[in-house]
Order: sequence, then structure tokens, then C-alpha cells
Amino acid sequence: MSEDITAAIAANRFGLGARPGELALIGADARGWLRTQLRAPPPSLADAELLSSAQILAQALKLRREIQAERRQQAAQGGAAADEPAQQRLPQFLRPIYATEATARLRLAVSTERPFLERLTQFWTNHFAVSIDKQFLAGLAGSFEREAIRPHVLGSFTDLLLAVETHPAMQLYLDNYLSVGPNSPVAQRRARREAPRIGINENLAREILELHTLGVGGGYTQQDVTSFAQVLTGWSIGGEGGRFAGGEPGRFVFRAELHEPGAKMVRGRRYADEGFGQGAAVLRDLARERATAHFIATKLARHFITDEPPPQVVARLADAFARSGGDLPSVYAALVDTREAWLEPLAKYKTPADYVVSSFRGLAVPVEAGRAPLAPFEILGQRTWQPGSPAGWPDRSADWDGASALMKRIQWADAVGARLGSRRDALELAPQLLGANLTTATRQALAHAASAAQALTLLLAAPEFMRR
Amino acid sequence: MQRRHFLTSAAAFAGGALLSTRVSFAQPDTRKSRFVLVILRGALDGLAAVPPLGDPDYARLRRELALHPPGESAGALKLDGFFGLHPSLVFLQECYQGRELVVLHALASPYRERSHFDGQDVLENGTTRPHALQTGWLNRALTAVRAPSGREMGVSLGQNLPLVMRGPAAVTSWSSSKLLAPDDDTLSRITDLYAGDRLLAARLADALTANAIAAGDDAAADVMSAQAAAGNARGKARYAEVVRAAGEFLRREEGPKVAVFDTHGWDTHANEGAAQGQLAARLGELDAGLAALRQELGPAWNDTAVLLLTEFGRTAALNGTRGTDHGTATAAFLLGGAVAGGRVLADWPGLAPRALYQGRDLAPTLDLRSVLKCVLTEHLAAPPRRLEQEVFPDSAGARPLRGLIRA
Repeated sequence: MSEDITAAIAANRFGLGARPGELALIGADARGWLRTQLRAPPPSLADAELLSSAQILAQALKLRREIQAERRQQAAQGGAAADEPAQQRLPQFLRPIYATEATARLRLAVSTERPFLERLTQFWTNHFAVSIDKQFLAGLAGSFEREAIRPHVLGSFTDLLLAVETHPAMQLYLDNYLSVGPNSPVAQRRARREAPRIGINENLAREILELHTLGVGGGYTQQDVTSFAQVLTGWSIGGEGGRFAGGEPGRFVFRAELHEPGAKMVRGRRYADEGFGQGAAVLRDLARERATAHFIATKLARHFITDEPPPQVVARLADAFARSGGDLPSVYAALVDTREAWLEPLAKYKTPADYVVSSFRGLAVPVEAGRAPLAPFEILGQRTWQPGSPAGWPDRSADWDGASALMKRIQWADAVGARLGSRRDALELAPQLLGANLTTATRQALAHAASAAQALTLLLAAPEFMRR
Repeated sequence: MQRRHFLTSAAAFAGGALLSTRVSFAQPDTRKSRFVLVILRGALDGLAAVPPLGDPDYARLRRELALHPPGESAGALKLDGFFGLHPSLVFLQECYQGRELVVLHALASPYRERSHFDGQDVLENGTTRPHALQTGWLNRALTAVRAPSGREMGVSLGQNLPLVMRGPAAVTSWSSSKLLAPDDDTLSRITDLYAGDRLLAARLADALTANAIAAGDDAAADVMSAQAAAGNARGKARYAEVVRAAGEFLRREEGPKVAVFDTHGWDTHANEGAAQGQLAARLGELDAGLAALRQELGPAWNDTAVLLLTEFGRTAALNGTRGTDHGTATAAFLLGGAVAGGRVLADWPGLAPRALYQGRDLAPTLDLRSVLKCVLTEHLAAPPRRLEQEVFPDSAGARPLRGLIRA
């Protein structure tokens, strides 16, 4: 295999699409270029504009309480039922935060010289997916990625898992902050008062097992889900009124008064009641399970190698995961060393987000402030941080290669061509973006294009640019 | 008490007289038959959508979120005296009264675990196991139905094809466009560029056909989506575009006869609400969308069957956060002018503690595939033998119902 093709694979498959000059920089040592990206600590995406989750959530909760109080007051005075402007205040607060966060993320993806690291970050955010279609999450998805994902991408899976499950965004997204042990002090007091019953919500417990660790075939029962949900009672968020008063506003808090007391069995193991420590112990054990290693290895291989990775490849990555105790850089190193990852240069169909980011990188499109740079993600069908379900975005060609989706890409490519055609030379860019993947047919089509704008459109529409 | 509800007579249903083994059907005119499949992703709470008001355990399990009998405040809509309908579903009640709606209850696919994603996979792949096949039952059924003109028989209204529509039969997808189509010269150059790429060549050809069909409607759809973005009439507009496109495709003599679209937001773990609230709002949007669909289809509504399916139901009891967790059996709806409606079809297992599946969920008594086989045979004239062999493998236990579609 030529050195040229390994550079193209490194930049487009492992990275986020070549920027002009990147293939030359990679040169002969594609694997070395990837490994180097994993050495220094991950960048923190520092930006004075970006608030912490705790700041955002505390303000959002306060705003919601104010709106509710106003509404109660109006109702008491016999006023109008729903005050539309008041309803809008929460989205008006959250939407600009979303735009700032998503734009900052895009700017990093377009400009980074460590695109492998950034792809890994996006992989983990998608693995531990939250979605902005749930209340508050539009304001929290970005800070969730910055606080729970980024610091641990080059650390251990256990630390990553603990950071994610104790993050307020995940507590909110999968409803756990409301879950109450039926025999907890609070539930007992309510029972004596004959107040409406409160209790368990098993959403987070189930998705941790199914989507975050073992995987759906990973060997757990409904009893394990229920029992794990009891373990996780008391994991909550500080600052809301009523039952949730107390704790630092907007931060994760363990509420002993909501926690189901007693030892619990999860997957045949007994966990003594240490309060918060009980849940942390279950997570640590789950992180070490062979099923978890296998599940993570399968998803990584699917993302970086091919839609249906061969079992021996998955086994090799799972071994690296298990042997290292979930040390993520060891797993990434095994991935880079996997021969099968370098065999088929264009095995993966780009997702819409891959397509847009690689276009921005390839054409050096400046990422302006505001919502405008986010529009293509929405139009092409992959709005940032809105996978719509805790399973995250799917990762196979068939999930993205629909006829209408292709037409959208072509239409967008046409609009980009019209806008940038006079300032970019498609024929000069093509080998810099596609390297050894560039076909004669595409080069000829670009050379014979009717206009510079059309040539740029054809470059973005080319089969080898649709894939990575 | 376990009250049992049957299609026409309990004995007939239990005795199998309504289950077809080898029956010859009057051949329906498939050039006219239209079929719309709506997938409710996230697991619809069947006990909230179609509350069994007459079940003695219902109010106890649903506590403060139990719907009241028809006529009372926060009351359900009237169906048959035992079952009610969620108050948001006014159009569906109208269909029921007009004998154009069959409500199916205590229904489940063969899937018995509680993962959304595997549940949806089984719902769509038509087998008994997740990921057993990479194609969908609807697509495989279309291969068994003779296409009148060799054109695509099906259209997915969304950017990509859901699993249920994937497979060997030619189908297409469509979603409204806020971008302009490139000029013909650029498109023909891209077509040339894709000549050596089977996947992209096929997709582009499909897209060009679909765009031509829907062309008359793009401008209108743009206006609709701009309004939706502006936040005006958000509820009603949620399905406006997709319904408009469905009408555009299905009204035509030569266009696709089968359309599929997705709906989301049914995963009501917390603060589900009752007569009002989260689920009520979603059901209201869906109901308005279906009413708009009837209007869009015009006279073609008389030849249309619309099937609403979800991957599984939710727990019989409320959970600790005024919501419901993942369950098993649920409700489904079959409506349209072609439907022999005006009834609830349910072999009701009851909600008594011992009647619940694993002590927590509504127990399944009707196999989804029994419904699908009936609709595909009676409405689309799919040959029963091919349904048994290719479309729903290993489904001998799920014998087809009969008489869901008007003769």
C-alpha cells in the first residue's frame, strides 16, 4: 500500500477530513501522526463566553421557578391562563447558550491540528448521548461535553463513566434526579401523611446497562435494572425547590433522604449500602466487565473501520480494553495498529456532520459567530447534540445514505459552490483533500466543469468526498 | 373480573373462525389501495391513549393520572363503554364513530425485552429477534405485490429510509427542501460522476424522481417550515409538511402507494400528564396530523388504510416520577376509508396483579404480525404464502386476522 493512501485514510477516516496541507504534513508516517495526537492532554475549549453547567442550570431553574410563581399568582388573581412571553423566557435564555457552545465546538473541529482526538471526543459524546429536545438540555449539552467528556477522552473508561453519570445533564436527561427510593426517609414521611406516592424511575439505570456499558445483549435482567435503579436513588441535582431544595444549585448532589436504604444485588453481586458509594461501586464493576469491553470495542471498530467489523478485530480491541483496565489510549493504540483499519480506504459513508465538518476544513471556511454556521447540520439532518434518543446517532451507511439525504448534500454543495467558487480552486484543492482517493473520473470532471463554482460543487459531491 | 372484548363474538375469535388458514380473497383493486405506516418511536403508553376505563384495576394503577369516564371533567372520549379514548384524540373518535377506525389493544410484537432500539428493530424487521434481518417487513411485502408500472411502490417521508422500508423492493425517500435544486447541467454532471458508484447512482436516480413528483409542493412546504420555525402554531404544524407530502405522493395514480413516516416523543418516563400535559400535547399533534392527512388525500382517503404502531407499551402502574417505564403490550390504531372500523379489537387480559406480564406490564394477547398479515393481504393483495415465508419468517403461531379491511 502506498504511503499516500495511508495519509488519506488517517486524515479522512481517523481525522475529520484533510485541510489543505494536512496530507503533506502527515507524509509517510500516518500512524505516528495519529499517535502523536494522543500524547498531550486534551484541549479544554477555553472560551470566556462559555458558562459552566452549574451556572447555566442554576439560572435556568431560578427562571423556571419565577415563571411558575408568576403563573400561580396570575391564576390566583383569576388572570389569563398561559402567559406566552413568560413561556418563552426559558428557551430565550437557553438557545443562545446552545448556539455559542455548538459554534465553539465547530470552530475547534474545523481548526484543530489533532482531528483524531476531536473525532474520539465526538464518538464518546455520541456514546453517552444527551439530546437537546429535552427541557434544559439545549443549554447543557455543550457544557456536558466540555465537563464530562473532554477531560476523560485520554483517561480511563471508569473515570469517563463516573463523570458522565454524575453530570447534571445526564441526571436530567434520563430522569434520575427525580427517582426516589420507596423506603427512603422522604417516601416514608410522605406515606405517613398519605401524600401522593413517589418512587423509582428506572430510565437511567436501564440505559447505563444497555447503552453505556454492557450493551443490550450484555447479560442483565429486569431485576438488575430495577435493583440498579434503587441503587441510583438519591443521585440528584442541587438547588431546585421543594423536595429538591438544598445542595449547590445546578450541581450533582447525593441526597441520602431520597436513597433507598439497604444492600442490593446487581448482576449477582451484593453491594452494601454506602450511600453514593453504592452506585459508584456498581459503575466501577460495570466498567470492568468483559461485555462492556466487547460493546465499546464493537462501536469503536464500527466507527473507525467498517459498518460490520470482523469479530477478530473486535476481539483484539476488547482485549486491549480488558488488559489495560479500560485505559482508553491503549485501546486507541490498538485501533491504530489494526491492519484491517488500513485496508479499505473509503469504507465509511460520512454522516451529515462528517460531511459538513470535512467541507469546512477542506475549504477553510471561517466559522462565524451566531447560528448561521450551524444551519447546514440541521438542513442535512444532523443537528448538533440532537440525536433524539439516548442511543445517539446511528453509525452505519444505511442510516445516512437515503436518496433525499443525498439530494440535500448536493443542493448544499451547490450553494457552497456558488458562494465560494470564485475564491477556491477546486482542481488545486482536490488532491490536497482526497489524496490517493482522488479518481481520474473526478479529476476530469473538475477540469471540464462549466465554472469554478460548478467545479467546487462537483468536488463536494464526488463519491470519494461522500465517504471516509 | 376479567372482561374479554372481541371483534364480533368471543367464541368466534377464540375458536379461530376469524383466523384465516386458506381462504381466497376477493382480489382488492391494488391500483387504488393506499397504505400509510406511522411509527411512534419511544413506546406509546397504550393505557393512556386507550384507557380501559371499565377495568377495575385501571384507576388504582394510574392513580392521579387515571382518565375519568366520558362526560366528566378530564374525561376520556367514548368508545365502547369499556375502553375510552384519550381526550386529545378527537379525530380518531370521529373515525371510530364513522366506522373508519379499529383500535387494537393488548397487542405486541414478538419482542419481550425492554430496549427501545431492539424493540423498534423487531417491529420493523418482521422477525422474532433484533437484528435478525437487515431488511424490513414492509419492503419485503412490496416485493410480493406486483407494482403496476414498475415504479417505486413506497416512499419514506424523511431524509433516510427506516428499516421497515429497507430491502430489495424499489422505494424512495423524500423530505422538504429549504435549498434550491442545482441546475440540470450540474445534476447531469453529478449523474455522470456517479456512473461507477452503484449506491450513489441509485440514490441520485431515486431522489430525482421523488423531487419531480413533489415539485409542485416545494414552495408551499418552505412557507410551512418557515412558519414552524417562527414558533407559530407549532403543535399543528408538527406534521403539516410530512402530511402534505404524503398527500402529494399518494393522490397520484402513478405515484407510490405506500408511505412511511416517523413520529417521536413518546418515551414518557416523567410527568406524563393525563387529560392535559406532555403526552396529551403529543397525541393532539398526532391527531391533528391525521385529520390533515384525510383532508390532503381527498377522495383517495376512501382507499386508504393508516396503521399507527409503536415498539412496545409502558408499565401498567405509574412510576415514582408521574410517568411510566418501558413495558410490553400496548395499543395500535388502524384507520382510513378502507378500514372496516368502529370497534375495539382486544382479547383483554385485565390489569389485576396476577394478569400483568412479569407483574408489571399489560400482557400481550394479540401478535402484531396477525394484524400485519391481514392488512397486507386484504389491503395490498400480498400473497399469504409469501407473507408466511419471506415477510414474517417463523410466524406460524401468528395466524392472520380477517376482516380489518372493507370487502
